[in-house]
Amino acid sequence: MKKVVFVLFFLAACTHLAIAEPVKIGMITTLSTKAGYLGEDTRDGFKLAIAQEGGKLGGIPVELMVEDDGRKPDKGKQIAERYIKKDKVRILTGIVFSNVAMAVVPKVVRQDVVYLSTNAAPSKLAGKGCSPNYFSVSYQNDNLDEVVGQYVSETGHKSVYLLAPNYPAGKDHLAGFKRYFTGDIVAEVYTKLGQADYAAEIAAIRAAKPESVFFFLPGGMGINFLKQYSQAGLGREIPVYGPAFSFDERILNAVGPAAVGVKNGSQWTHDLDNEANRQFVKAYVEAYGRMPTLYAGQGYDTARLIGSALKAVSGNLDNLDAFKAALKKADFASVRGNFRFGTNQHPVQDVYIREVVKTDTGYTNKTVKKVFADHVDAYASQCKM
Amino acid sequence: MTSTLRKNSIVASGGLLLVILPILVSWSGHDYYISLFSRILIYGLAAVSLDLLLGFSGMISLGHAAYVGIGAYVVAIFFHHASEMEPLFTWPFVLEGSENGLLVLPLAVLISALFALVIGSLCLRTRGMHFIMITLAFAQMLYYFFVSLEKYGGDDGLSLYSRSSIPGMDLGNDIHFYYLCLGSLLVFIFVARRLVYSRFGLIVRGCSNNERRIRALGINSYSYRLALFVIAGAGAGLAGGLLANQTEYVSPGLMHWTLSGELMVMVLLGGLGTLFGPVLGAAVFLLVEENLAMYTEHWMVYMGPFLVLVVIFAKRGLFGLVAGGENGNE
Amino acid sequence: MLLVIEQFLNGLQLGITLFLMSAGLTLVFGIMQVINLAHGSFYMIGAYVGATVAAASGSFLLGVAAALPAAALCGMVVEFVVLRRLYEREHLDQVLATFGLIMFFNELTRIIWGRQPLFMEVPLWLGGSVELLPGLVYPVYRLAVIGVGLAVAVSLWALFAKTRLGMQIRAGGVNRKMVGALGVNIKLLYTLVFGLGTLLAGLAGVMAGPILAVESGMGESILILTFVVIVIGGIGSIRGAVAGAVLVGLVDTLGRAFLPAVFRMLFDSSTADSVASSLASMAIYILMAAVLVVKPKGLFPAHS
Repeated sequence: MKKVVFVLFFLAACTHLAIAEPVKIGMITTLSTKAGYLGEDTRDGFKLAIAQEGGKLGGIPVELMVEDDGRKPDKGKQIAERYIKKDKVRILTGIVFSNVAMAVVPKVVRQDVVYLSTNAAPSKLAGKGCSPNYFSVSYQNDNLDEVVGQYVSETGHKSVYLLAPNYPAGKDHLAGFKRYFTGDIVAEVYTKLGQADYAAEIAAIRAAKPESVFFFLPGGMGINFLKQYSQAGLGREIPVYGPAFSFDERILNAVGPAAVGVKNGSQWTHDLDNEANRQFVKAYVEAYGRMPTLYAGQGYDTARLIGSALKAVSGNLDNLDAFKAALKKADFASVRGNFRFGTNQHPVQDVYIREVVKTDTGYTNKTVKKVFADHVDAYASQCKM
Repeated sequence: MTSTLRKNSIVASGGLLLVILPILVSWSGHDYYISLFSRILIYGLAAVSLDLLLGFSGMISLGHAAYVGIGAYVVAIFFHHASEMEPLFTWPFVLEGSENGLLVLPLAVLISALFALVIGSLCLRTRGMHFIMITLAFAQMLYYFFVSLEKYGGDDGLSLYSRSSIPGMDLGNDIHFYYLCLGSLLVFIFVARRLVYSRFGLIVRGCSNNERRIRALGINSYSYRLALFVIAGAGAGLAGGLLANQTEYVSPGLMHWTLSGELMVMVLLGGLGTLFGPVLGAAVFLLVEENLAMYTEHWMVYMGPFLVLVVIFAKRGLFGLVAGGENGNE
Repeated sequence: MLLVIEQFLNGLQLGITLFLMSAGLTLVFGIMQVINLAHGSFYMIGAYVGATVAAASGSFLLGVAAALPAAALCGMVVEFVVLRRLYEREHLDQVLATFGLIMFFNELTRIIWGRQPLFMEVPLWLGGSVELLPGLVYPVYRLAVIGVGLAVAVSLWALFAKTRLGMQIRAGGVNRKMVGALGVNIKLLYTLVFGLGTLLAGLAGVMAGPILAVESGMGESILILTFVVIVIGGIGSIRGAVAGAVLVGLVDTLGRAFLPAVFRMLFDSSTADSVASSLASMAIYILMAAVLVVKPKGLFPAHS
């Protein structure tokens, strides 16, 4: 009899322990392939927030699980399935690329799971495909192009030459630019995905003599283009503009002097003047020995947002609606300063133009101008929740 | 004889294990593994179809993933049009979309086979290294074609909002779906075995050993090899159709040459020319990848040398190690 | 008209870069009958070592000087440890083993150098542009790449046609046993040839460093192009590699440059743009398929 009581007591203790178990957060991100550094920064930003609280977010112990999707949509899907079914994770985050997000997000948000985007935010998920279980903490993909479109019009350039890879994201980004640009489009050129040599395109730009060039070429493509553009001597003649994706701190150090002076659009820069940002940049540099990128900032913000909501529900995810309501309040100090969610649970935030500069430690950006205040994405009105 | 017995009993027990797996898994409460094993079966099917080329006719195709991709896109495109209520085309006749698995899966097989027929008829004019490269070239062409195909999502791919429907089965249920995959795999292996041990198979195998002799017998080896290429493409198409259902998503990444390479790895890992081996190879490859990736993000630094070791030392693959005996090819 | 000339020059320059890669690969293919998917990895090693040394020393030439032996040495080690065991095997085994090597090298560079791309500068003395014709300015560095490529082509030709070593190598490709019986250390010869091939890949890598992003996985995108080149040119033939490389460079560049304009004359602009750009990205594969259908062994087969 004594034994039975003991066993019962033990079991009770176990269930009690189970309640105090850390909240699991599943991060699916891209750590391998050429784009591996994007996921690395997202993860490191996220981890920094956890480390600063000593393994907790919002005072609640958390366990962060990270796995590499290799930029493959079906692999991302498989990992999401394992997190949900095997590890019983209720909070997912971390996907870098839109194609992985499109494979994972629509499916997981139909289950009782919350997905918070640290980066990819395709238009389909902001408009008709929006979901109460989906939050974008980063932006809507087009935001960073829209701000450049507005800025290029303001500076008085009358014509522009557009360049993007030939895939849907490329077309979306150019559409974002065109939404706010008022001048003439000289040409709209779509290049091969992953293209290395841009000599042909650069020669065509030289011949077309536009007043400005706007390009969306993420990752290595952007490095190749910028280097070759500057080597062709065009950098001084026709100014280029782009969204922040080709101008994060880690890319800039690979592009070198070719990018100095280029203006680009972003929702964050390391020099934004607010307390949360100052301590984030300092802590990040101390922890990892490199400057944070916007991806690191987004990972950090996502973690802190989760922390604020976990605190509000005392770490109890049984009532997911309460958790989502707490998320939606966005009651945390974002490194971007102003931050709140719009009706489609995408950010309503300020968007800036920044400029690439050289410092003692390498290349980085400085804020030039706030172009949009409380900017709402173009798809919010199509979202019916 | 004993080695045949050993082989047969291993195949039989492996098959039995696969049949009762869902029961074991749902009893132990690890539902997740059912979907993982569905994936293994599907990749196994694709690898078996590739084994027909690699193991029995010496045709080294580095573009086999293209047919997996075609099969997957057929299912996804029909599904897309069905959910958008928009016909695929209206001229010369109206073709509506469909979610009926009994229609779209055979169509996936048929259309992949058709692609294999066209591509194969050109590729088979070449030999050896050139054959490897031209199959790769065609796969890359299709890859870039689908990347820029905006109507169907391009590089972002296409999401399916549910699985296909088959009367009497609920494919949304992972166990039902698992048995569909298992059934498809078994049927394909059965057909493939009958094929390679028939007169047809004899000729095809003869072509890879000594083509001149086959020609001297007055047999047109080209059409036999082409037929095998088409059958392999059809098998890959079926795998693609199932894969689209399993992940409920397709993208051009399915046609990328690295996937073709991975399929080859599965075949060789399992055992070239064994038909059962590639299933084992797919299981080991996917399980190793899955588990290594959980422990270290640098899993490829281990996977790479592992492959090299397998190539150098385990010539007959894992199936050869466990089953002993001769390969089908020898 | 100037634009057409400039685009021809661009195509030629791309072709020459491809030739540097193809020369090494076709050598290994043609002489050792071995298919090496990991050739792109040595290109990557060349670029990484070159970028690192150039950044540390501030000298582009030192970077080049370090990259070449690094790529050659890695190549010889790989030949000695892995490929040597696979000469007698089927192509399939070679494909798989070298596929494994690609995974290994890509991940290894990520472990050693981290995930972000590296920076490599155009040396000052090769920076800037020159005016070739009135109105036609062209970057000096790209001209230098063309020059290096031509020099390599000539020296390879001289090596094979004029030297005793070249003769032995050629003979080893035709009849391995016979050359061995004549007292030539054929194993060493093969290791040297493989090292020469990877050295050329390393050279291509370090030359590409200032133009392209130096990143893990950079080898694969060029590897596929390289295969296209040697298959079009004819496996094992240096002459074929030159012809194939220039052809691929021109078709790719001119396709990208002029297809959109051609299509815009035929269709409305948005269809034209998307059709033209997808055709441009498929152009070289179409070219390759067409060549192989007409000449299944390529334009200049080595052993016909």
